[in-house]
Amino acid sequence: MEPGLRTYILKRVAFAVLMLVGVSIILFTIMRLAPGGPEAVLIGGEFSQDAAAQIRQRLGLDRPLALQYLGWAGAALRGDLGRSFKTGDPVSSLILDRLGPTVQLTFGALALALVVAVPLGVLAAVRRGTLWDTLGSAVALFGVSFPSFWLGIMLILLFSEVFHLLPPSGLSEYGREGDLVARVRHAILPTLTLGLIQMASFMRFTRSSLLEVLRQDYVRTARAKGLGGGRVVWRHALRNALIPVVTVVGLSLPTLVGGAVLTETVFAWPGIGRLAVGAVFERDYPVIMGVNLMVAAVVITANLVTDLAYCVIDPRISYR
Amino acid sequence: MTAAARADRLSVLRQFARNRRSLVGAVVVAVMVTAGALAPVLAPHSYSTQSLVNRLKPPSSAHWFGTDGFGRDVLSRVIWGSRVSLQIGLVATALALVVGTAVGSVAGYFGGATDTTIMRAADIFLSVPALFLILVVVALFGTSLTNTALVIALVTWAPVGRIVRSECLSLRNRDFVHAAAALGAGHARILGRHLLVNALPIVIVQASLLLGQTILIESGLSYLGLGAQPPLPSWGNMVVEGRQFLASAWWIATFPGLAIFVTVLGFNLFGDGLRDASDPTLRGRSP
Repeated sequence: MEPGLRTYILKRVAFAVLMLVGVSIILFTIMRLAPGGPEAVLIGGEFSQDAAAQIRQRLGLDRPLALQYLGWAGAALRGDLGRSFKTGDPVSSLILDRLGPTVQLTFGALALALVVAVPLGVLAAVRRGTLWDTLGSAVALFGVSFPSFWLGIMLILLFSEVFHLLPPSGLSEYGREGDLVARVRHAILPTLTLGLIQMASFMRFTRSSLLEVLRQDYVRTARAKGLGGGRVVWRHALRNALIPVVTVVGLSLPTLVGGAVLTETVFAWPGIGRLAVGAVFERDYPVIMGVNLMVAAVVITANLVTDLAYCVIDPRISYR
Repeated sequence: MTAAARADRLSVLRQFARNRRSLVGAVVVAVMVTAGALAPVLAPHSYSTQSLVNRLKPPSSAHWFGTDGFGRDVLSRVIWGSRVSLQIGLVATALALVVGTAVGSVAGYFGGATDTTIMRAADIFLSVPALFLILVVVALFGTSLTNTALVIALVTWAPVGRIVRSECLSLRNRDFVHAAAALGAGHARILGRHLLVNALPIVIVQASLLLGQTILIESGLSYLGLGAQPPLPSWGNMVVEGRQFLASAWWIATFPGLAIFVTVLGFNLFGDGLRDASDPTLRGRSP
């Protein structure tokens, strides 16, 4: 590995860690600045100042803010994200329980979006100005204009209420959690909802990136030496056109995970998004911190990997 | 304005008018804004009067969009609902534009450590999934119109900042900027009179696309039960109410959602058209 590249990677990794610290400080501050605390939710109804103070003390909320943060951060570094105020369960196990469904949903949606968007983007670029191009841009435009929760509800209306083809909610049928067919049937509508929304930007990007590459000299050379149109597009142009698409896929992760919050709510999908929504309503500070930090860590790591992958894929980039 | 500049601006207008999609967008936006502004006149019924006899009536000549679980007229509620969406959309977009433009232009113009610091801060905001951050802030600080607009702006200023920054970065070394500096113009004057004016077309395009986005975010928040909760109906929480009647009364959830979709589509078409008209080289690029 050349020294320039190594310094660059080290710098990027250090910065990623710094960003994570920044995110955690911002979140911690926002949460503690908010009026009202978890004691109201925990006790419910009327309560005396004494009872509230007792609870705050038990939860460690009476200590100075900076100390609370340092205590939390120190434990988090050792992998301990604290316990839920509400249930007393360790936050890390709450997150782990919910991680599987969300990973399944987001990756399924990502795969679906790519499988449809890349070929459609290629078609739109190669057949520029034809019906395919118009169709492609219509898909892209609709995709960025749909409220995802409404799209989900309309799919439920169509496939569950009218045609009775697919189940409207949940991860699987009760008592048949291991049944693969049931799980796949339950996954179709949520995956479709999240995937359709994501398709738009991938499609637009594939199209414009490929159009840019098709204008390059080496594509003209390939054509001039007699290669067929299909071979030029798939072997020569698309490979280079997909480099920026890789970045867009990496950068789309925040949108995808954010979209999962709504999709999970619509389909009663037991994932991270619903955990976050529930925790926020109950002011369960440790769970809110844990979930957000985990999500931020995933996103920051994905961005880091995208950046580094870019350096490896495209040797023209210099690492200074 | 010189004659050439005026001709330039006219040609942008002409380009815009020639693009059928952008005209459709402009019309849609105009219709929605009018509906919101004239809601008291346009709505055929009250948005809040309940009527048990008229519960869950399908669309008919008396109630074009049917009635909801309380017998309220869905069309009237959709018309009134546009107010909440458009208000929050406008305020949030304006805030995000002001902050994004100010921060982005300073970063792009001064460069160096200023640039690095500002853009790294923007990176942090870009790396937290927007909906998560909004969720935390809105749930903890309450759901007033102002709060919701503020927090939506908090998560949308960063992309604007990036775009304005790169525009200023490329403008900074142009001859006319050097000439202005040589004539003794200060930083503020160069930024305001020379860079920002030239970055304006991009900012306007962003404004239109951002309006669509902020309306989508607001409706999502309402759907989660975290939207602004004035006495007025909002499109997002109308969809939630309709969810429980999906099997028996499809129209309750369908029409408000359609209103969100059409409005956002309008803003996106409008923005795309503006972008194509003002800069042909950007045609077909993703936002």
